[in-house]
Amino acid sequence: MSHGGSAPPGLASSGPREVSMSIPVAPEMEIVATAQVSALGEYIALGRDKIDEVKLALVEACINAFEHAGCRDEQLHLTFRLGREPAGREWLEVEVLDRGRGFDHASVGAPSLENNLASHRKRGWGLQIIKSLMDEVEISSGEWGTRILMRKYK
Amino acid sequence: MSESCKVSSERRGDVALLWTDGYINNQGGEEIAREAYSHLEQGARALVLNLEKTRIVNSIGISILIEVLERVMDRKGALAFCGLTPTIDKTFRIMGLAQYARIYTSQDEAIRGVSAPTA
Repeated sequence: MSHGGSAPPGLASSGPREVSMSIPVAPEMEIVATAQVSALGEYIALGRDKIDEVKLALVEACINAFEHAGCRDEQLHLTFRLGREPAGREWLEVEVLDRGRGFDHASVGAPSLENNLASHRKRGWGLQIIKSLMDEVEISSGEWGTRILMRKYK
Repeated sequence: MSESCKVSSERRGDVALLWTDGYINNQGGEEIAREAYSHLEQGARALVLNLEKTRIVNSIGISILIEVLERVMDRKGALAFCGLTPTIDKTFRIMGLAQYARIYTSQDEAIRGVSAPTA
């Protein structure tokens, strides 16, 4: 049986490589998802600190969805992509899709620790952490749910 | 699979030293808070949290650490962190935690930093 070509396709070939998975809305499932980030990050030698940043951003995206999205299918749909820019820079991208009620992300204000200390509410840091740790973040939301797309360059 | 955070502690003078091991989420944060409040009730003036065996602290865990910080500040005490990964360090600084709690590289530095000066 012929497989064609002399080597398996690598990242040098064009187009992203992707892995998809769904996780149930359940405690600590976000940690299951971070294993993919470790594996794919190591695959492109992203570096431990950058891998940790992607893992934390993913954890925040997952727990935001677990808590607020109201996922109709009780699942989060995750896609991990590896790619390379024309200039040669490699990247790891994570897409977190929920089929929940959606939200107006433009109306989410920047949190402040000063306000946290003065009030009972200490939360609301998820999006800020994601935006600060990732190189690019794109959020789209509607009645169909919410999609967070975040990318880290090597 | 469980990534639950284990917390251990000991008292050194008026400083309580807490070590975490694992993922700090709501359960991990609550475990830290229980241990921290117990030391504060027993008279500890300062807390040092050594996170060298923790690689992820999520925002729920951090919100509980902010409550601990608030309790320490109410008592005019001090809270210090050490052993942070670069990502946790960066996250704490993004949130402005470094303005209220001290961040040290090593445990010894942290203990020295929060210890009351001797006359």
